[in-house]
Amino acid sequence: MEEKLYLYPVWLRIWHWINGLFFLILLFTGLSLQYSSVEYPLIRFDIAVSFHNISGIILTIGFIMFLIGNKFTKNGKFYRINWSIILIELIKQFRYYTWGIFKHEKSPFPINTERKFNPLQKISYVGAMYILMPILIISGFGLIFPELLPGRVFQISGIHLTGLIHIIAGFALSVFMLIHIYFCTIGKTPTSNFKSMINGWH
Amino acid sequence: MQKRQIYLLPALLFTFLWCLPVLCLAEEEIPESASQNQKCLKCHGQRFYFYHNEFVGKEVKDRMNPYFLIDSAQYYKSNHRSFVCTDCHSSDYRNFPHDGNLRMEPKFNCLDCHGGDETYAHFHFEKIEEEFLASVHSTKHSEDFTCWMCHNPHSYRISARNNENIGEVIVYDNDICLSCHANIEKYQLLTNLTNPNVLVTHEWLPNQALHFSKVRCIECHTEVDRDILVAHKVQEKEKAVRKCVECHSQNSLLMATLYKFESVEKRSSLGFFNATILGEHYIIGANRNYYLNVVSFIVFGLTFIGIIIHAILRFINK
Repeated sequence: MEEKLYLYPVWLRIWHWINGLFFLILLFTGLSLQYSSVEYPLIRFDIAVSFHNISGIILTIGFIMFLIGNKFTKNGKFYRINWSIILIELIKQFRYYTWGIFKHEKSPFPINTERKFNPLQKISYVGAMYILMPILIISGFGLIFPELLPGRVFQISGIHLTGLIHIIAGFALSVFMLIHIYFCTIGKTPTSNFKSMINGWH
Repeated sequence: MQKRQIYLLPALLFTFLWCLPVLCLAEEEIPESASQNQKCLKCHGQRFYFYHNEFVGKEVKDRMNPYFLIDSAQYYKSNHRSFVCTDCHSSDYRNFPHDGNLRMEPKFNCLDCHGGDETYAHFHFEKIEEEFLASVHSTKHSEDFTCWMCHNPHSYRISARNNENIGEVIVYDNDICLSCHANIEKYQLLTNLTNPNVLVTHEWLPNQALHFSKVRCIECHTEVDRDILVAHKVQEKEKAVRKCVECHSQNSLLMATLYKFESVEKRSSLGFFNATILGEHYIIGANRNYYLNVVSFIVFGLTFIGIIIHAILRFINK
């Protein structure tokens, strides 16, 4: 029997589910705002605005909690990338997901106490949490307080550019979430990774 | 030529070129009427005026009634700047002291001059009057509510048609509404009621300050008319636009109102819907981008298909 690893501490699980829930709310309210229509309203505009703003603030608080948690616990080390070997590792992992997995090969980077993420997970999580999420949050607050935005940036209205950045970052994270949920089904059983994020044990 | 004089030449040339637009503008802006109007503006253009009191036999300095004070700078920028005062006011005003009965003289309305005139046909004055007569301004008030209540004859100038700066158009047009709705003295010329505080009545509006600075009152409070540039049928407050999506959508109401005079093309070369808005502003829901929509649809679709194929292959090779 495989040894069970305690990889997901309580604070991380709480953050993860709060983040997931409010990201979904932000996604649906954001889509409703972006594609608002008189004929086919998804969510009433003013309600969508309120929910989007409140969820955004909660998500931001959660994100700060995540950063603090990673700074002061050993969870942060799982996000450190070794740039000198990352490309080779990515190719290996990519080959596994597109070929090896169907041939029942063993994962090239099995999970242990020192390595919670495979290289593809690591690079995508770093991109999502340390690049896209800050962009999404900062641009989101810019849209809540448009008076703080510059009037014009490179001949484009500051608020328009911020809106565009916010939408692109939100879309990229939505695609990330879709892939993330699917890859979570690649475990011992399709639901084992979801259970791990509830009880903390992998 | 001496060295010092050579150095002076570019300086003189620069000064001339710098002054040229100012000189041209000054010549163009001061109309012929100015010299004739000077006799009136000598008193009505200043806070204090002087006259000779024959009874006491001395020069008197007095304060001008603020309601009869004309800002000559504003007047010579207004639509009616070429007018001589006596074009609209009785020529008897040339005499001083003015006859008290002159105050009772009837005032002209827009249609008195502009009605049925082909020169002004594109402004659709008849249609504007028709809308105004159907508006709450006309139906809920007496005939005392005239064009001049909103359009000060001594300072009014067309704004939306000849100003590319939408922000300035918004401020100018909203100031017209607020000249009554935020000024109890003028408001109570027609009613004994206290004017409601617009900040309180619009408390429900999210991001109120932003809305007030980015759209005009008439965007929500008038019925849109396709024929005229600025709608004049101000409606009851119950009929005002309250649904956000009427502006925040691809078929934004603002394209038929605030941005009507701008290009009405649906999509710019960069693919933005209602692109004319983008010059100054950004309206969530109205400024979605066609190409971004297509790209996001393709990326999302491909991701979804990729996941389905991967899942099927996993299932087959289980």
